[in-house]
Amino acid sequence: MRPPAAPVTDATIAAPDVKVEIRSLNFFYGAQQALFDINMTLENRSITAFIGPSGCGKSTLLRVLNRMYALYPQQRAEGEVRMDGTDILADQVDVAELRYRVGMVFQKPTPFPMSVFENVAFGLRLAGSARGARLKERVESALRDAAIWDEVKDKLHVDGRSLSGGQQQRICIARAIAVEPEVLLLDEPTAALDPISTLRVEETLQTLREKFCIVVVTHNLQQAARVSNVTGFMYLGQLVEMGPSSTIFTSPANRKTDDYITGRFG
Amino acid sequence: MAIIDSRHAAKQLIYERVFRSATLTAAILVLLILGGVALSLLRGAWPARQHFGFAFVTREIWNPVTDEYGALAPIYGTVVTSVIAMLLAVPTGFGIALFLTELCPPWLKRPIGTAVELLAAVPSIIFGIWGLFVLAPLLQRHVQPWLIDHLGPIPLIGKLFSGPPYGIGILSAGVVLAIMVLPFIAATMRDVFDTVPPMLKESGYGLGATTWEVIWHVVVPHSRVGMLGGIMLGLGRALGETMAVTFVIGNAHRISSSLLAPGTTISSAIANEFTEAVGDLYTSSLIALGLLLFLITFAVIAIAQAMLRHLERRAASPL
Amino acid sequence: MNRRQLRKARNGLFLALSVAATLVGLACLAAILWTLVSNGIAGMSSRVFTQMTPPPGSEGGLLNALYGSAIMTLLGICMGSPIGMLAGTYLSEYGRSSRLSTLIRFINDILLSAPSIIIGLFIYEILVVRMGHFSAIAGAVALAVIAIPVSLRTTEDMLNLVPAGMKDASAALGAYPWRTVISVVYPAARSGIVTGLLLAIARISGETAPLLFTALNDQFWSTKLNAPMANLPVVIFQFSLSPYKDWQQLAWAGALIITVTILVLSISARMLLSLLQSDRGGKP
Repeated sequence: MRPPAAPVTDATIAAPDVKVEIRSLNFFYGAQQALFDINMTLENRSITAFIGPSGCGKSTLLRVLNRMYALYPQQRAEGEVRMDGTDILADQVDVAELRYRVGMVFQKPTPFPMSVFENVAFGLRLAGSARGARLKERVESALRDAAIWDEVKDKLHVDGRSLSGGQQQRICIARAIAVEPEVLLLDEPTAALDPISTLRVEETLQTLREKFCIVVVTHNLQQAARVSNVTGFMYLGQLVEMGPSSTIFTSPANRKTDDYITGRFG
Repeated sequence: MAIIDSRHAAKQLIYERVFRSATLTAAILVLLILGGVALSLLRGAWPARQHFGFAFVTREIWNPVTDEYGALAPIYGTVVTSVIAMLLAVPTGFGIALFLTELCPPWLKRPIGTAVELLAAVPSIIFGIWGLFVLAPLLQRHVQPWLIDHLGPIPLIGKLFSGPPYGIGILSAGVVLAIMVLPFIAATMRDVFDTVPPMLKESGYGLGATTWEVIWHVVVPHSRVGMLGGIMLGLGRALGETMAVTFVIGNAHRISSSLLAPGTTISSAIANEFTEAVGDLYTSSLIALGLLLFLITFAVIAIAQAMLRHLERRAASPL
Repeated sequence: MNRRQLRKARNGLFLALSVAATLVGLACLAAILWTLVSNGIAGMSSRVFTQMTPPPGSEGGLLNALYGSAIMTLLGICMGSPIGMLAGTYLSEYGRSSRLSTLIRFINDILLSAPSIIIGLFIYEILVVRMGHFSAIAGAVALAVIAIPVSLRTTEDMLNLVPAGMKDASAALGAYPWRTVISVVYPAARSGIVTGLLLAIARISGETAPLLFTALNDQFWSTKLNAPMANLPVVIFQFSLSPYKDWQQLAWAGALIITVTILVLSISARMLLSLLQSDRGGKP
């Protein structure tokens, strides 16, 4: 068992490398408002965690970042979300291309009905970004980064659904990172996993931090503290407080944050 | 202390035994019906079987005057009209199911879904008379001449579209059958697509796939078994359909190379000729046709049901 | 065209095709209903409901056919539905997942989709030949045999929807299964059972093939169950294939009557079903 990663010091955050900037974001399910005036930034090569009680809007916020909400006609977002300077909420943005650049892993493992290899290769084949030997390299590299290569290297042609839950989730992570997204979104990625698989996934995230801008939504406060550099606390659709994880979990500025972290409500 | 009157209790037990046997009897009756159908068909077909042997299935001749009968033309007609119907109805039904599950705005889903189900409830005789009075003249005047002119000259498949445009015939019957089977196929496929977990589809979208790519690469492989089961069930219905086909098939006991020529199917032969059949051999041959139809549809429907059951069992277990 | 544009184009093409398919389906429905309504109304008059089927060339109506269909449908349902309901009760309450029940369900689903002309042949063999003549009762039995699988299926599905807690509570008070079923389960599944009944009626009202060689047809008024009886589907069949204009008109009128009846029954069944679902708070 590896020791937990060393806590991140303020020095790493001293020079911000902003990947995503959110300004005045409001979100609506039909007539009901779910996000209220969200303003924040996400940095490259870091892991940002969003915590908060059920229904606080953290998953909603995540799904704005790859415009997944656009699949459902009643859902609507207003405001600005700038990735590398371009507003991704604008009409002229090619949503499919956005989703290729922003990867997502869901709460429950969702392997496609195909072999392990084909699952991971799916995104690459769609975009035509790699073929033949190059494709095999990308798939292997993604499986290695997802810490599952050793377990599946002899079983690449087995149906993805025949693996255990923890393995399936890591395949889904490999699938998401195979296309080398600029931003990786994870919505409670270990909620359905046992403790050992959870640990493996967390280790994977630490490795991936070197390359990507990662956003994790989690119910598990300890996980957020272990894994992230920056944490945002959300409550009733508002971003109550956001800052370096070391500060948030030890001496939060806001009373509500403190109450949530110490378990006075949840 | 709760006191039970022993006579009352005894009566209750008797009622229980009676009720239970009644329900069991009713349930077993279902098995008996199927057995009865099989046996009575076998018995009725026996004279023909004795007289013609298994060659019955390979002869094309059908002559009530000389009492010579063969099942080849009806079998051919049944199979070909059903195949035409499936070739037309399956892609269309797939398109409708796709539209209803992925594209349709929510306020339109209910009305269109209801329209599809209402079309499924319309009795087949209606399709038959509509086919005779509306579709056949339409095909005769506009579509068939076009087919003869444009596809006739092509080598090989041209033979399928030669001959005079009767209006009625194998092709017309196939088209009417297609329209009849369409709502069933569309509804079944839509139900199967609806069981795909949204999270699975979102995983596809999340990788930048277009709507079509998610359908083709994620939804269809996931629903493969259900779709196949639904198609086979539709095929089973098409094979056994009587009234929709009888009006426009032309009732000619022969096999032509052209799809535009009249023909016959097993069920329309029986429907048209049974009450007029004179003589035991004639009647028995028609029943033999019925037996063949029973065997074919039984096999197809049984396989389809087995597939759909497998899907139900899999859907019950979590993704 | 680069790859991304190609994918978008392909997406657009297939989505457009699916819209086209839907339009084709709706157009067919519209065309059929339009023809039915326009021709049916043209042939409609009060005569249709007051006079009997005429010989070719003279005026007449469909009274005997309507009566015959009504009687045979009623008899068919009275014979078939109770059997189907009892059988469905067995599968839902007693048999559940036993080997016998699985077999019965499988066979039932096959009968559900089986060609109805085969059923007609079956009844011909066991009743018509036995009795020596065609008869309305044979027709009714044929319809009953078609109604049984429909009733069985809907009854079993509806009874399965009744919450297990309700059944357990009744058993906990010492009730035998028959008591639970009759006093608790049937009333709880009331609207579902009625829906099943409506669907079964709708299904057998339109069936022609099984009547072709059981009830046959009769030009005149007949009420004897032991003899051939006029019925709407066979009259439509006969009249529409004839070369006589007035017969064809009556056929369309009859077709309209059948379709309207079936659509009304189906829509009522559907509305009842959604009422049932909203009673349970929106969950089926």
